[in-house]
Amino acid sequence: MLPKPKKIKKIYLDHAATTPVDERVFSAMKPYFMKEFGNPSALYNLGRTAQTAVTEARKKIAGLLHALPENIIFTGSGSESDNLAILGVVKAHQHKGKHIVSLGIEHHAVLRPLEDLAKNGFAVTYVPVGKDGLVDVEAVVKAIRPETILVTIMYANNEMGAIQPIAEIGREILKYRKAHNTIYPFWHSDACQASEYLDLDVEKLHVDLMTLNGSKMYGPKGVGMLYLRRGVSIKPLILGGGQEKSRRAGTENVPAIVGLAKALELAQKDKAKESARLRELTAYFWKKIQEKIPDVRLNGPAIGESRLPNNLNVTFMNIEGEAMLLYLDEYGIMCSTGSACTSESLEPSHVLRAMGMPFEMAHGSLRFTFGHSNTRADIDYILKYLPAVVAQLREMSPMQSQKH
Amino acid sequence: MKTQKNKKIKSADVRGQKGESWLYSDVVKEHFFNPRNFMHYDEEKKFKFNATGRVGSPACGDEMVLWLKIDPKTEKIKDCRWRTFGCGSAIASTSVMSEMVKEKGGMKLDDALKITPNDIMKRLGGLPDRKIHCSVLGDKALQAAINDYFRQTKQHKRIITAGAKVIDKDLNITDHDIEEAVLEGAHTIEDVQKRLKVGVAKPEAKEAIEELIRFYWEKYFS
Ligand code: FES
Repeated sequence: MLPKPKKIKKIYLDHAATTPVDERVFSAMKPYFMKEFGNPSALYNLGRTAQTAVTEARKKIAGLLHALPENIIFTGSGSESDNLAILGVVKAHQHKGKHIVSLGIEHHAVLRPLEDLAKNGFAVTYVPVGKDGLVDVEAVVKAIRPETILVTIMYANNEMGAIQPIAEIGREILKYRKAHNTIYPFWHSDACQASEYLDLDVEKLHVDLMTLNGSKMYGPKGVGMLYLRRGVSIKPLILGGGQEKSRRAGTENVPAIVGLAKALELAQKDKAKESARLRELTAYFWKKIQEKIPDVRLNGPAIGESRLPNNLNVTFMNIEGEAMLLYLDEYGIMCSTGSACTSESLEPSHVLRAMGMPFEMAHGSLRFTFGHSNTRADIDYILKYLPAVVAQLREMSPMQSQKH
Repeated sequence: MKTQKNKKIKSADVRGQKGESWLYSDVVKEHFFNPRNFMHYDEEKKFKFNATGRVGSPACGDEMVLWLKIDPKTEKIKDCRWRTFGCGSAIASTSVMSEMVKEKGGMKLDDALKITPNDIMKRLGGLPDRKIHCSVLGDKALQAAINDYFRQTKQHKRIITAGAKVIDKDLNITDHDIEEAVLEGAHTIEDVQKRLKVGVAKPEAKEAIEELIRFYWEKYFS
């Protein structure tokens, strides 16, 4: 039977779902809850302090992205930013064409609006990804038609960590526009999973729109932003006051905006070091899993340049993810799964399916996403129990491998 | 969740993608963490059985095998073993079912055939709606294994065949399809269509489909 731990250690390995708020971010935010609580639109001193805080945050973020402050639109989440990017472009440009290019492995915040548009006269091309989850630049370019108004492709995937060649796609889109003497298609990327580890320079990425949010980079939840290149017009989704240059109404969430700027600053400052540290951890973990557990597969790109350094997505053949997850939870280990059994629709992860993975393999997938708090000791703790959990569930499973 | 009425809930909390919580009762947890009667590796060769059934659930790709040791004189289930490929609810459901058929000297086959998913669920202290289909697997495996016994003992008349009946010829929808759809939460004809990814049914078929939805809904949810 399963070993009982002397002491249960809480190990959080679901940083792709959300991260805790960093102490330094929290201290930066604190004054704006109770003391400097003013509405940035107000003219008296209290309002101006809040206004200054928002302005400073906007400048800081613009600097980090190599953009101008007026290119930054604050929103309520990554999902809202994705919606604003897609639907905002559509509302302003649909008379020019009704075709969009994207990937089947996108986040639901991209897929749902696209599905909705598809029901309303739009055509959407989902460029297939390879078995490793990566898209071919040429295939994206080939999918562009004269009536394509938007290409939207995520920078890095939340489930299996594939990093798409965003800069290369951007360059090709620039070439396409030049060759065809057009301003279309616009180029959007959801970079929510990228902010901790990758370069966000919009000039290098050639993006016209880019989504970021706070909750994946040790910032607060409930805040996001959309980078919007000068000259690209969008229509707002939320109408009301004139905030964000009338592109997103609603009183600014001042503490969250301040927190978002601080979080992005810290993330970008530490990204090289933290990436190297986490890549070593995930590589170590994967090596140990292979040593200790038979019949396992790595899902997504090989560990290296094309994979987020904090992501490890592994299929344990012949068993089911929710069951693994619940057993691991008893040991204090928190991760996630692409299994059909945990999903609302009883369908396995759309990402793993889009990579051509059969049902049973998605069933047994576990995603571990590492972060600041994780160390090698965590991995050694997990390795004390994970092999036993897998072995017990395999003994209970009617799909047996040859050797046991 | 109607299945959890009057239950003090102190249990594992697993959330679906849409944020609704799945609460497992203590009994589910207990069986999940200490499953009874599953086929251990070292028993594979030793365990004597005279009936076996294997079923798969099209709902989420889960599978179950059941081995029964039936006393031919009394027709009581003296012992059983199982293996399940599925979630926490599926494992707990199978475990509880294996306990039910074995207790008090073993259940008679005729009584075992009367076990419904609802009985399994009651013993478990309820399952979240989305997990009801997991308890059906155990019930079906039991039926398959008992049928196997009847076949082995040449009692062909006693074999229960729940053959699929085609309800809508154009769309090729069977009663099984509808049953599965209801178990996965379909409540209206539109839900069923969405589940099965088919178009709109002809009026004649529509009525029959709606009736079956009501039937299965009552069978499993009330
Ligand atoms: S076995 Fe898949 S949800 Fe229970």
